[in-house]
Amino acid sequence: MRKITYREALREALREEMRRDPSVFLLGEDIGRYWGGAFKVTDGLAEEFGDERVRDTPISESAIIGTAVGAAITGMRPVAEIMFGDLTALAMDQIANQAAKICYMFGGQAKCPLVIRTPFGAGVNIASHHSQSLEAWFMHVPGINVAVPSTPNDAKGLLKTAIRGENPVFFCEHKLLYPIEGEVPEEEYTIPFGVADVKREGADVTIVATLFMVHKALNAAAHLEKEDISVEVVDPRTLTPLDKQAMMKSVKKTGRIVVVSEDCKTAGVSAEIAAIIAEEAIDYLDAPIKRVAEPDTPIPFSPPLERYVIPDEKAIIKAVKEIA
Amino acid sequence: MEKQLAQNLEREKLIGMYRKMLEIRLFEEKVFELYGQNLVPGTIHLYAGQEAIAVGVCSNLGKDDYITSTHRGHGHCIAKGADLKRTMAEILGKETGYCKGKGGSMHIADFNIGMLGATAVVGAGLPIAVGAGLSIKLRKTDQIVACFFGEGASNQGTFHESINLASTWKLPVIFVCENNLYAMGTRQSIAMNVENIADRAVAYGIPGVVVDGNDVLAVYEAVQKGVERAKKGEGPTLIECKTYRQKGHSRVDPAKYRPKGEVEEWLARDPIKRLKEKLLQTNTLTKTEIQRIEKEVVTKIEEAVKFAIESPYPSSEEALEDVYA
Repeated sequence: MRKITYREALREALREEMRRDPSVFLLGEDIGRYWGGAFKVTDGLAEEFGDERVRDTPISESAIIGTAVGAAITGMRPVAEIMFGDLTALAMDQIANQAAKICYMFGGQAKCPLVIRTPFGAGVNIASHHSQSLEAWFMHVPGINVAVPSTPNDAKGLLKTAIRGENPVFFCEHKLLYPIEGEVPEEEYTIPFGVADVKREGADVTIVATLFMVHKALNAAAHLEKEDISVEVVDPRTLTPLDKQAMMKSVKKTGRIVVVSEDCKTAGVSAEIAAIIAEEAIDYLDAPIKRVAEPDTPIPFSPPLERYVIPDEKAIIKAVKEIA
Repeated sequence: MEKQLAQNLEREKLIGMYRKMLEIRLFEEKVFELYGQNLVPGTIHLYAGQEAIAVGVCSNLGKDDYITSTHRGHGHCIAKGADLKRTMAEILGKETGYCKGKGGSMHIADFNIGMLGATAVVGAGLPIAVGAGLSIKLRKTDQIVACFFGEGASNQGTFHESINLASTWKLPVIFVCENNLYAMGTRQSIAMNVENIADRAVAYGIPGVVVDGNDVLAVYEAVQKGVERAKKGEGPTLIECKTYRQKGHSRVDPAKYRPKGEVEEWLARDPIKRLKEKLLQTNTLTKTEIQRIEKEVVTKIEEAVKFAIESPYPSSEEALEDVYA
């Protein structure tokens, strides 16, 4: 199968959906013909679809999302890009109070088919305002779906599903994933929400991980194999809806689980997943649930400091060995 | 012949405006009364005194045009053509309400008539109105969006972001600022160093107009110009309507922060009283005709109240529905 990057896979999804459905349009800062997106995801799309459908906006995050909401509830399918995930804080009212609640508080009269794409994650030394992983904020708001693709294949299939759906989708990308290559079919496909993918099968310990942490978990698993520890890596692919059954199934097999997430440990993605396992699968566990996550600090600038707070293979291996 | 017909149309329109304004006023009085009887859960923000704005704006709009509304939104709904029964039922939290009882007084919407919903976050409706405007532009239809907000909302960042965007993209949006002098208890002069919100339009390169918000015809004409401009593709207009809320901010707010005499002064400028006098003076309507309209409106509201009170509350499980489409 051909290999393309995560960035190219996203761009293909946007291009195909824009060709398929004239109500799909893009808006965001510097996404148009002059820059092509801060991470070049939308590069070339303005040239194909024109400036009306690939709209450069002012630096107004609230208005970007609010405008997308207004367009979504009146028949369009906007895909908004927020340049860095950290900046979604500026648009939080429009995301959490408006987009997420419009269907519910108006009694199901309105649909808000809106996609918000944004990159999270550390690893490129751009400090506290451009490096966070805030997926859990959006998991906490009913009414939004949250996608967390870790591979080019998942990125394309999930983005197409997001664009075609009837609900607001918070689509998390990761800065370090953009250049990663992976197999992506040339033919048309979509990936449903709420269906996890077992990225590696194993028998002794389950690792649940998302986004860039999936790759670190796979590296850790390859290392542990040499020490005769067989690790299964489960990637939920969407956090809302969350495929509990897939995690449960794996835990029933292994009896051990390590949850790895790049976001802060407290009230984060790993906390929620650990709570679900504790609540619904504790009888299958042969060891305590382990979590590997960011130690509740802002993301520091200096490379050794950043490396220290972001979960790495070493931390994952250590956690696995503690319960294996 | 043609002129006479035009006059007849004008007469119908004026009578329609009077009827709508009266509907809103008597509806709000009834809501207040029901609140006192513990039939309205939560809180209420009454529109009494501002009727000329909603009606003056919506008289320019067709069914396909859009509005966005605020926490003080009953008047906007009624002026856009919402059903009084379902509006009242929603305010009482009943299953027959517009939102099946999930929205309440601050979140009424009727997407069938372009009423895109009331948001209770001050200033949050502005970017949504811009989005509806963009949608119109991209779909190449002939619609208009009217965006209602108060002077308090004009201090939110969304005011700046939204008008800047609507102006830059030349979107068909009428920004209607209802300046009722108070943001809750905060008088305008405490919160901003300008007298006219409309002056802020200069910053965005669009017309800013100040009108007497208690004169329905003044509002109507200002909005008409805005609509013409928007339909020519020239972009948005900011219209500031100077008005006054006759009741407190919410529930039983006694509004003691208002200086002596101010309420009386504004009551003398009551928009409904003024239109009624105009209709009588110009012989558009006789006293008998006015009485007949009043009686009809009273009956319509009584029916709405009866419907709302007799409607059941939603089943508990309804709370779990509609989180996702």
